[in-house]
Amino acid sequence: MTILSPLEYEVVLLSVQVATWSVLISMPLSLATAWLLSRRQFYGHLIVDGLVHLPMVIPPVVVGYVLLILFGRQGPIGGFLSEVLGITIAFTWKGAAIASAVMAFPLMVRAIRLSFQAIDEGLEEAAATLGASPFRVFFTITIPIISPGLIAAAILGFARSLGEFGATITFVSNIPGETRTLPLALFTLIQTPGGDAAAVRLLSISVILALGALIASEYLARRITRQVKR
Amino acid sequence: MLSVNITQAFGSFRLETQFEVEEGSITAIFGKSGAGKTSTINAIAGLTRPDVGVIQIGNTTLFDQNLRINLPIYKRQIGYVFQDDRLFPHMTVRNNLIYGTPKNRDVANSLNLTDITGLLELAPLLERRPRTLSGGEKQRVAIGRALLSNPKLLLMDEPLASIDVQHRFEILPFIQRVREKTGITIIYVTHALEEVIFIADQIILLSEGQVTAQGTVEEIMSRLDLHPMTSRFDAGAVISAIYSGYDREFDLGELSFDGGTLRIAGLNAEIGIHLRAHIRARDVSLMLDKPKDTSVLNVFKGELIEIRHEDGPQLDLLINIGTPLIARITRKSLNDLNLDIGSKVYAMIKAVAIDRKTLGINVSPLSKKIKPKKD
Repeated sequence: MTILSPLEYEVVLLSVQVATWSVLISMPLSLATAWLLSRRQFYGHLIVDGLVHLPMVIPPVVVGYVLLILFGRQGPIGGFLSEVLGITIAFTWKGAAIASAVMAFPLMVRAIRLSFQAIDEGLEEAAATLGASPFRVFFTITIPIISPGLIAAAILGFARSLGEFGATITFVSNIPGETRTLPLALFTLIQTPGGDAAAVRLLSISVILALGALIASEYLARRITRQVKR
Repeated sequence: MLSVNITQAFGSFRLETQFEVEEGSITAIFGKSGAGKTSTINAIAGLTRPDVGVIQIGNTTLFDQNLRINLPIYKRQIGYVFQDDRLFPHMTVRNNLIYGTPKNRDVANSLNLTDITGLLELAPLLERRPRTLSGGEKQRVAIGRALLSNPKLLLMDEPLASIDVQHRFEILPFIQRVREKTGITIIYVTHALEEVIFIADQIILLSEGQVTAQGTVEEIMSRLDLHPMTSRFDAGAVISAIYSGYDREFDLGELSFDGGTLRIAGLNAEIGIHLRAHIRARDVSLMLDKPKDTSVLNVFKGELIEIRHEDGPQLDLLINIGTPLIARITRKSLNDLNLDIGSKVYAMIKAVAIDRKTLGINVSPLSKKIKPKKD
């Protein structure tokens, strides 16, 4: 790549990798949570709803610190992962992906929930009268029809992850080539005397990246909406 | 055979229905909106759960509150054609049609895609998306889709309601054809009397959540006491007949029934088919002597057997002309002609008064004779 310097290239690649994994981790959990909150009445509905939104309202540093406690080498989850499976989360890009996933989670749940509420449940009933089990109805009717909403949620999560800073730097630090994503690199450059020019370059790159993602998602969502519209 | 005996409360509204439906018949659940028609078939399909009661098809219990049986919707094998078509927007017509087709091909006497496509004339639509179809086409696909799931019973909830008035009657012959070719039991919910007369063998009259009457279309329509519920304006007897001849010179069709021959303007059909004519009470006039020099083509001699007195200037009379006929006359006429039970009268029906569109073409003999039970 000639336009980007090797360092910029590394940062962009890492950011995209972290954001992609963040969405992949968060998507199934958001889908399940959104389904639970929009389709099921249960005791403690309000509490679950509140917990889901927690990452949005508490300082990201707190999220990063909690993750560090849980996923650190001595932490309950981190210890298990490192001893039994030999996987290290803290201070690796995997940790950055998890931090981003947690921060993106409430946004994605909200977007998917809106789709669940907008779907015509009559279609699901019709599928059931045709002999489809709830499982089959979910995967052949519900998911395809809410797919524009799923894409919107994924892009929202992706964009949120690209910009994730506080939880990431607290949880996995700012390690070049491992956890130094775009915002962290930008932060480093701003801290470095004479780094302004490079900072502006990186800033432009991040704007282009985010804008590209949004345009791609809009295009995709329109195409799919045309497919599933009544 | 389907048997339903359920109670279900919806806020202050209470549904309390009990009825049985013979296998292979088309039964219309008829009543005003809010009478509980859709609630009744929703309970049969399993979309809602009754508070108490039993629903059975043959030996299969779909719901029994005492035995704690409540078969989920997808295990009931009941086809449902909804008022709005509810086609899956993300699938082609073909994929909509085969969505519910049982995977194990050994299902006895199940219809395949080719049969249904032929029956409902869907071949040109197969690769299209639901949103590109007209209202009538959508409902035909919905009917086909329900049939291809190999149901034991087909429920139809006002399937013509979402179709524009001009094309409404184009769907009914398809439903007739479906019954003839498949022998499937159909429950047809509607508040349109002409649809009932066109298509149904039996009527279940529903009013405020209760079954007020059940019987053949002919029986129910000739009951004077049910007029407030069937239809005040369109009230009138339904006569089952056989198309017996056509007068080419004057473009008149002839229908033979138990009381004679009825002539209808502009009706040219296949000789020998069963037809049903709805003779509105308002179109029947009465005379004491045999009329001479009249423009009215249909004159039948009969005997007055029932008078239904009502407040207001008019009343309904039931006259036996070999088959029940209803006449609506003014109270003054009744008085002037000195009519009473047992009076001999001549009933006159104008040949042009009978609406050809409402003739139940292809009504099967089932409407007169219910098929023996099958186990």
